[in-house]
Amino acid sequence: MLNRSKQKTKLIERAPEERRKDFLEVNDGYSLTEAVSEADRCLQCRNAPCIQGCPVAIDIPGFIKAIQEKDLERSWEILYATNRLPAICGRVCPQEKQCEERCTVGKIKNSEPVAIGRLERFTADWKRKAGFSPAPVELTHTERIAVVGSGPAGLTVAAELAQNGYAVEVFEALHEPGGVLTYGIPEFRLPKEIVRAEIEGIRKLDVVLRTDFIVGKTIFFEEIRKRYQAIFLGIGAGAPKFMNVPGTNLNGVFSASEFLTRVNLMKAFRFPHADTPITIGKNVIVVGGGNVAMDAARSALRLGAQTVKIVYRRTETELPARWEEYHHAMEEGVEFLWLSNPIAYLPDSDSRVKGARIQKMGLGEPDASGRRKPVPLPGVEETLECDCVIEAIGQSAHRILSEGFKEVRLNRWGYIEVDPETLMTSVPGVFAGGDIVTGAATVIEAMGAGKTAAKGIMNYLRTIG
Amino acid sequence: MTSPIKPPQEIVSTITKIAPKIYDMTVVSTSEEGSAALISRNAKAGQFVMIRADEEGERIPLTIAQTEAKKRAVRLIFQVVGTSTHKLSLLKPGDQVLNLAGPLGKPSEVVEGKKVLVIGGGVGIAAILPIAGSLYHAGNDVTVVLGARTRDLLILKDEFKPIAHRLVLCTDDGSEGRKGFVTDAMNDLVANTGAYDVGWAVGPTIMMKMCSEIAKRLDFPLWTSLNPIMVDGTGMCGGCRVLVGNEMFFACVDGPEFDGRLVDWDNLLLRQKQFKTEEADSFHHCRLENQLHSR
Ligand SMILES: Cc1cc2nc3c(=O)[nH]c(=O)nc-3n(C[C@H](O)[C@H](O)[C@H](O)COP(=O)(O)OP(=O)(O)OC[C@H]3O[C@@H](n4cnc5c(N)ncnc54)[C@H](O)[C@@H]3O)c2cc1C
Ligand SMILES: Cc1cc2nc3c(=O)[nH]c(=O)nc-3n(C[C@H](O)[C@H](O)[C@H](O)COP(=O)(O)OP(=O)(O)OC[C@H]3O[C@@H](n4cnc5c(N)ncnc54)[C@H](O)[C@@H]3O)c2cc1C
Ligand code: SF4
Ligand code: SF4
Ligand code: FES
Repeated sequence: MLNRSKQKTKLIERAPEERRKDFLEVNDGYSLTEAVSEADRCLQCRNAPCIQGCPVAIDIPGFIKAIQEKDLERSWEILYATNRLPAICGRVCPQEKQCEERCTVGKIKNSEPVAIGRLERFTADWKRKAGFSPAPVELTHTERIAVVGSGPAGLTVAAELAQNGYAVEVFEALHEPGGVLTYGIPEFRLPKEIVRAEIEGIRKLDVVLRTDFIVGKTIFFEEIRKRYQAIFLGIGAGAPKFMNVPGTNLNGVFSASEFLTRVNLMKAFRFPHADTPITIGKNVIVVGGGNVAMDAARSALRLGAQTVKIVYRRTETELPARWEEYHHAMEEGVEFLWLSNPIAYLPDSDSRVKGARIQKMGLGEPDASGRRKPVPLPGVEETLECDCVIEAIGQSAHRILSEGFKEVRLNRWGYIEVDPETLMTSVPGVFAGGDIVTGAATVIEAMGAGKTAAKGIMNYLRTIG
Repeated sequence: MTSPIKPPQEIVSTITKIAPKIYDMTVVSTSEEGSAALISRNAKAGQFVMIRADEEGERIPLTIAQTEAKKRAVRLIFQVVGTSTHKLSLLKPGDQVLNLAGPLGKPSEVVEGKKVLVIGGGVGIAAILPIAGSLYHAGNDVTVVLGARTRDLLILKDEFKPIAHRLVLCTDDGSEGRKGFVTDAMNDLVANTGAYDVGWAVGPTIMMKMCSEIAKRLDFPLWTSLNPIMVDGTGMCGGCRVLVGNEMFFACVDGPEFDGRLVDWDNLLLRQKQFKTEEADSFHHCRLENQLHSR
């Protein structure tokens, strides 16, 4: 039965005052009734424009139809056939810019698109609770493939190849797999229990996952090339950038990567039960306007900060963060200072940060990205008091890269150059994808790259075999 | 295919208290593919590991003091200063170390046929051991200076005898060797023989700073191993950033060794105090828990 509501079926969210005190999720997702009602908004378009918006091309009308029919097992099967991390994507995909942006229902005047992401999460959560155990696929090939990095790109390559009967080993530098899913995106947006469960699903395909293993250090690149017939580099763009303004090295100034890693991977939010500390400032300033800045700001609130201000050099209109995250942050009490850019951090007598000097900005002509360029307003400055600064101004290529993989050709930004069709690098048999090729992007784009690379690898192995 | 091979484990094979608060521990892998096994094959002087004792543990960096590839063994020497090192000190032979990753950092730049000075202070003596060894075997003329507060803390001195052409010991209180700091010994040596071609100094930050000042005055490069607080050790967090020659470097991937003449020592000293208050709390908490457990 078609549901003609113009709005997405409402999702009950926890009150902002309550959720800013803990690391639990903002909402519990749809109930079965809500999910069916939302699924009923889908028109089952023949041409399914939504699919073109999804980097891994999920059969979206297919899995939604199965929800309409309350056949959740089939919904799951359709979903899992193309997406190995659906509970993750359903939560963190910027759907409004991907599948949902193309949705026919969303094109109707004043109408919201079908909540594809929420439905995807619904089916995936249902299956996780019902219990699932993918059966290993029989090995049908003799070649062995090494996957370096266990972020969404690496995990997808591994799953695709294992599914096709190849022996795959994944190497991860940190002590837990998952890449940014594990150390970057906070618990209240993506519970680590879910990340672990979806990774467990991939492990069950007989993918061998080795942690504490830094390719290029623990074992040299040349050695790994001898041992494996093909290699995939999914090492991410994890190195933090700094503004490098005076005072960057004061105590209390962190990169968002350090702050979030301490909180997520090392569980500093449970300090001192966990041994890794984090400074919980009273007044926190977060510099930047992307998802990473929102995550850092909302984590700081949850760790007990009294005020959290996001300092961004453009305005709300240019904010790169997801709309939903921005709104959640505002509801929870994060303040926003537009057209503001730090030019120095000020020390107290003990060399801890005690304030930030802020340059006010105006908007000039549009730049290469089409956004209006922020320009400093000479002489218009202010000082903000703070005892913690978190810089979230972007990441660059992983640092071990240039040293460990000398032969692989990089582009001028330090990212790996690949053939866009096969994702093969300048070294035959060595492939790359995800953030290390594109620069910081999204989970689902990294997974899309993983799929392309897996095809590239299989073709390559056929030609040399 | 059935379930894959059992993952290798990292096991403490020996652990000995060699001085007050200082422990000498060897970790071995249960298989050729284990971390200690691979590290023991590939590590070079000057590199370190990240180690984590248990699920709640912090990842902490420790210098690789020695390796033995045949035994898949990595030797680490550490001083108990806080929660994580305290936890490590409680391990017994046969216990598992949850995580061991490495070898990290850039290896020391081992020269050949030069006149070199190698200085170790306190627990830094352990870090200098493989460096002195590599320099000696590469045909350099090696002078080693070891210093500690008092005789009990002057660790590993016998192990340096076969890899040093000259060995100078000093203690702050004069209980062994000459009385005074390693800088006093360094000043005397350069007064007698002039500047060295190159030197290394590893020890407390303040010691490395003072040695660097002497090297600067005499204008010879002095490698110092910087020890900022680290989180991942793979270049991913920037917590270990240091200022060298006014430029920002990440000690875990760009170092840990830098020419001490160019290091901003005061900034490093400040950054090491980053979590002082929080850590005091944690250490307290962890000792309380231990008392509860021992009841
Ligand atoms: C805080 C934060 C929030 C984000 N929020 C969102 C969001 O809401 N939605 C979204 O779609 N995207 C989001 N992103 C972006 C998204 O997470 C990334 O685009 C995606 O994770 C990239 O995947 P990847 O597989 O390329 O690399 P990564 O996830 O970075 O994984 C790379 C892995 O490789 C490992 N590695 C590196 N070098 C080596 C080596 N030499 N040997 C072994 N292992 C190595 C690293 O330790 C790491 O675990 C966010 C990113 C951050 C930082
Ligand atoms: C590359 C590198 C190699 C190292 N090698 C060795 C080694 O071989 N043997 C050894 O005993 N130690 C070594 N260290 C120092 C060691 O990592 C720290 O002592 C350890 O992390 C402290 O952890 P903790 O939890 O026990 O103490 P914490 O509770 O973390 O700290 C206790 C006190 O020590 C200070 N502190 C914390 N980290 C450091 C640090 N990195 N350097 C100096 N002071 C610190 C704190 O400010 C605090 O006052 C090395 C450090 C680096 C960066
Ligand atoms: S994976 Fe992401 S883009 Fe694709 S359908 Fe799901 S939410 Fe949309
Ligand atoms: S475009 Fe929207 S309405 Fe059409 S099939 Fe896709 S989700 Fe359903
Ligand atoms: S320890 Fe994180 S970058 Fe060096």
